[in-house]
Amino acid sequence: MTYNDRVVRQFTVATVLWGIVGMLVGVLIAAQLWIPALNFDIPWLTYSRLRPLHTNAVIFAFGGCALFATSLYVVQRTCHVRLISDKLAAFVFWGWQLVIVSAAVTLPLGITQSKEYAELEWPIDILIAVVWVAYAVLFLGTIAKRRVSHIYVANWFYAAFIITIALLHIVNNLSIPVSLWKSYPIYTGAVDGMVQWWYGHNAVGFFLTAGFLGMMYYYVPKQAERPVYSYRLSIVHFWALISIYMWAGPHHLQYTSLPDWLQSLGMVFSLILLAPSWGGMINGLMTLSGAWHKLRTDPILKFMIVALSFYGMSTFEGPMMSIKTVNALSHYTDWTIGHVHSGALGWVAMMTIGSLYCMIPRLVGKKEMHSVSAIDLHFWISTIGVVLYIASMWIAGVMQGLMWRAFNEDGTLTYTFIETIAATKPYYAIRLLGGILFTAGMFVMAWNCWRTMAGAKPVEVEAAPPANWDTPAEGAQA
Amino acid sequence: MLNTTWSVIAIVLIVASILGCWWLLHWTKGISDRDDEDDIHDSGHVWDHDIRELNNPLPRWWLNLFNITIIFAIVYLALYPGLGNLPGVLGWTQENRYEEELAAAEAATAGVYARYADMELEQLIRDPDAMATGRRLFGQNCAMCHGSDARGGTGFPNLVDEHWQWGEGYDAVLTAITGGRQAAMPPWAQALGEEGVPQVVEYVRSLSGLEHDAALAADGQGKYAMFCVACHGPEGKGNPLLGAPNLADNDWLYGSDREVIVQGLQEGRYGQMPAFEDQLSEERRKLLAAYVLGMGEAAAILEGRQ
Repeated sequence: MTYNDRVVRQFTVATVLWGIVGMLVGVLIAAQLWIPALNFDIPWLTYSRLRPLHTNAVIFAFGGCALFATSLYVVQRTCHVRLISDKLAAFVFWGWQLVIVSAAVTLPLGITQSKEYAELEWPIDILIAVVWVAYAVLFLGTIAKRRVSHIYVANWFYAAFIITIALLHIVNNLSIPVSLWKSYPIYTGAVDGMVQWWYGHNAVGFFLTAGFLGMMYYYVPKQAERPVYSYRLSIVHFWALISIYMWAGPHHLQYTSLPDWLQSLGMVFSLILLAPSWGGMINGLMTLSGAWHKLRTDPILKFMIVALSFYGMSTFEGPMMSIKTVNALSHYTDWTIGHVHSGALGWVAMMTIGSLYCMIPRLVGKKEMHSVSAIDLHFWISTIGVVLYIASMWIAGVMQGLMWRAFNEDGTLTYTFIETIAATKPYYAIRLLGGILFTAGMFVMAWNCWRTMAGAKPVEVEAAPPANWDTPAEGAQA
Repeated sequence: MLNTTWSVIAIVLIVASILGCWWLLHWTKGISDRDDEDDIHDSGHVWDHDIRELNNPLPRWWLNLFNITIIFAIVYLALYPGLGNLPGVLGWTQENRYEEELAAAEAATAGVYARYADMELEQLIRDPDAMATGRRLFGQNCAMCHGSDARGGTGFPNLVDEHWQWGEGYDAVLTAITGGRQAAMPPWAQALGEEGVPQVVEYVRSLSGLEHDAALAADGQGKYAMFCVACHGPEGKGNPLLGAPNLADNDWLYGSDREVIVQGLQEGRYGQMPAFEDQLSEERRKLLAAYVLGMGEAAAILEGRQ
């Protein structure tokens, strides 16, 4: 029995390509915030249409393909079995590419539900649901057919991510179509807001956190060649994380028409979430302990450790920002944008990049990437890029918050809105530079992947032998 | 407000989630205490040839952090609203908080405005502090429609020229700020018919001496006299009591292009200015009116010099 690595290779290449596309769109809209005329007065190049394209492309195309690629790789490796169906795997790949292309066409045309991270209109939503269910069958079916007695921790996280995203996507997108490309949500007012942010926050929690923790739990021990630090820590933080995340959504709606009690819950549960989130960071970082010397020579581990550090930082920042007093300052400012990107670039993208560099050579039967020094270059470019990005947005955000709430003696606001924008302009330039650097790193990666994969013969990897640890005779060793 | 059943369900779920975390920690801590030292070693499970797991105990500082957040949650939910319909011991609501902050701000700024209460227009215009506050109030309440330079925009009157749609002077401006303005020109598409609209358009353009088709305008004159004259007057000079604009000057609120006038005739125009009576105190409204007039006066003087 061999593994189905064809679908993994396809999703891996797609990850790199869509990463470049999504980040280039991000660079363009970052440039537009600095120089608004860069939309050239063309409707489909305006910020309002490209911003959702950017978020959808980086989350669902780049992040999504990365999760598909790694989860389908990991589930086979850790279940010692081939995917249950090659045809279903091909359907998931091409179906998801169709979703991405549909998004890339409809969003610039201005076709949108106007729900953040759920902009796509109902026909595409239905396609997503179908592909997602197929993915769930493929992944969970492979777990069911596993040839090992215990389900590896990475698969718990991937499974939670897959099941929850199905639930979130379907509930939040329930709407009544009025034409092929227009629908209205079945929820109204504050209920719509609450459902949207229950979805929005859990998209962060399950798509961008649980899914990537699954990735972390396989590729970090694999690359470090060290055992996972603590099994029981993974149990505690897994169950706490997936149950508490569900409550934290209302922190996106502090001081709005959402009832007070829900706002309080959003804050309180976000604070409880701090420790479970850090559980994953501890387990990752401590897995690297004993392998610290490898950081000197292995840029892939550098990506992973920086990713875990950014994960720890943004999961600390998030609960802090959910505190009502802090939120009153931070909400609606660029601080939020900085926070999101410390998670999206620092954690999600860097963990993806590290994992792909670990996995790609294995997919083509090579020992390592074509150029290890190019990985090192990529690491430094993207790290500097992230730091410039989030530091400029922190400063800009706190400054905006303080300017908006500054009062004169006569009770009038000290600054008009346009003055706060003028003050932010230099930081938009710095952020743009950070974004350009990070995107440039993706081009280095694309070149390195090309040199590693092009012409290389796809290898058929023999599945690991079955293992049953519940019967001491087989495999158990103390 | 939730009904009682939902409130109880919410409370049960919230409490269960928080206590569930506590139980989870307690339960795993139990495992940790019970197990011997060897337990931190390799479980013997090997995935994918070389992936293994240790079973180190939960870090003490991390457990403490977790417990602190759980205790904080319980205390917070006792003090503040959070458990369904239970209001919390402090009786805090965001509406109360808002009212308190607003009252505090009013009290803090009352002294500033008291000075202006009895001042006349001329005094206000010559008072630099009054004008500075007026400018800021304008920037925060008026500029989004009239522009930060008060020169207006399409559909939003220019406040620094000599044209006053609703009449000039302190009282008229103060009335506009206090009560708002609702202009209403009805649609004439049906009454004028397809032929009549272009005729009236040409006639209206002729009133202010714009380039026009004389023959059509001649036909339009009669229709103007029938439908438009009631508000805009026989000579097209408008009526400030109704906010009907002067059509004989060259100041165009929506523009003088033919398509624009056609649209106005066919669909009507409904310029709206909100009332600020409930949002701004009387002194603030006075300062705004004075600022608008003082600014216009200054602009008129400057234009006169040129």
